[in-house]
Amino acid sequence: MLIDVHAHFLHDRGPRNDWRERNASRLEAGRRVGITWHVSSVLGSWGATSPTYFPSPADLDHANEVQRELQRRHPGCIRGYVTVNPNYTTHALAEIARGAAAGMIGVKLAASRRSDDPLLDPVCRAAAEHAFPVLHHIWQHRSREYPGQEASDAEELGALADRHPDVNFLLAHIGGGGDWLHSLHAVRDRANVYVDLSGSGVDGGMLEACIAAVGTDRLLWGCDLTIDTGWAKLRYLERLLGAADLDRIRWRNAAAIFPPGSFPEPT
Amino acid sequence: MRIDVNAFVGAYPWRRVPGTSPVELLAAMDRVGIDEAWVSHLPSVFWRDPAEGNGWLTAAFADEPRLRPVPAVHPALRHWQDELDRARHARAPAVRADPTWYGLPPAGTAMRELAAACGERGLPLMMAVRLEDGRQRHPNDRADELPAHAVRALVRSHPAVRIVVTHAERSFIEEVHFGSTPEEAARIWWDVSWVWGPPEDHLQTLLGTIGPGRFLFGTGQPLRIPETAVARLDLLDISPAHRGLIEAGNARALAAG
Repeated sequence: MLIDVHAHFLHDRGPRNDWRERNASRLEAGRRVGITWHVSSVLGSWGATSPTYFPSPADLDHANEVQRELQRRHPGCIRGYVTVNPNYTTHALAEIARGAAAGMIGVKLAASRRSDDPLLDPVCRAAAEHAFPVLHHIWQHRSREYPGQEASDAEELGALADRHPDVNFLLAHIGGGGDWLHSLHAVRDRANVYVDLSGSGVDGGMLEACIAAVGTDRLLWGCDLTIDTGWAKLRYLERLLGAADLDRIRWRNAAAIFPPGSFPEPT
Repeated sequence: MRIDVNAFVGAYPWRRVPGTSPVELLAAMDRVGIDEAWVSHLPSVFWRDPAEGNGWLTAAFADEPRLRPVPAVHPALRHWQDELDRARHARAPAVRADPTWYGLPPAGTAMRELAAACGERGLPLMMAVRLEDGRQRHPNDRADELPAHAVRALVRSHPAVRIVVTHAERSFIEEVHFGSTPEEAARIWWDVSWVWGPPEDHLQTLLGTIGPGRFLFGTGQPLRIPETAVARLDLLDISPAHRGLIEAGNARALAAG
């Protein structure tokens, strides 16, 4: 089995008129790579009617419904995160409850509020109620403010993880830009933070550093926006690791932190 | 046959990178099925005189036909033309210059003179847009990335100059290709190391709009794992003939002049 813990799909209310082709391309590339499950989220309207990283409640209503529809249409290969904006606490909690009732399996936080902010606490408590892990968008070593997002880095996610030891967190896309070494130092001794290997970055030495920092027990395979780089990392790990360690990264670690039964064997 | 036109040996000053020796490069090439690599000396990109790494590079590869040296030339240092002559004798498939790291205007007089001299000698000129993702560079690693306008200017500096650009993304490639005449664009080659695959399908799009004749297999190893470029090609819908051009045919023709 191979689980991509960090996938995205587009939809008709976003700014891109090629959304069908991009979604089809992800599924086709996934077939070639051998991805069994795409665990995906939809970030609001992707900027069409509210900013990608600051999605409005109305956009999130539609986005999460798109995600649920994808899961209904592809029950054998797509699972979904509930995307929420923690600035709208009531809406976020309602969306998590609605998503859980409809079979969604995790919470996606983008960059709407810094991750060490108390406003994320009720979201994490709701995640704990449903045994959901939280996938948090991360800028690896945020050294300043960036336009368009209230980005967080691994230290800031770590502060949240320390406050919620009963929740598992996915530090998003270690290869997604920024100083990944800073992030690995930050999460090394935080047992409830898992490192998501996705991102376009494929630096030599990065995978070895990930293994040295958190072992193979806290690494999760994923692609995010580039499936070729995900496949490359997988091929590299196949040469680096034995079968048991590789299986942990391919799917066993993910299966252990998402709600039980999230990933049945494909028929 | 697979030729990696974008490989390095030697240490990187801004972070620890494994696999930087020629022996380790050969092992990585074996791992992913690369037959030949065009190799630059990584430390000297950052030296005051990058040509000081050329002697080591050519000596280290003297008995290894799979590794072909790409000597560096700093065109603002006196007698730089000598490096071009040495490069031809060292069977170099190209020479490289990284003007923003040298502190040179990337389309200034010195670079235009270098481009013209390369054209006169039939030596391709290689330039990298970047070596790392700009978001992760060391705080003191402040050289600008190579701008697209510089490539457009340099290809116009001599009717015979041929330019290989590595580490360029789709928008950069499109800006230069469609900002040049067809004759100019036919003298520019792009490696695939920084062009995204699915679901965005940037490389598939470029192969349709620009054509497979302009692209070269390149990895950026060991700064980046070479598996990426192979996986990128494996995800393309492409004929074996066109894939063969990208993996080796275009590079061979380029090196042959």
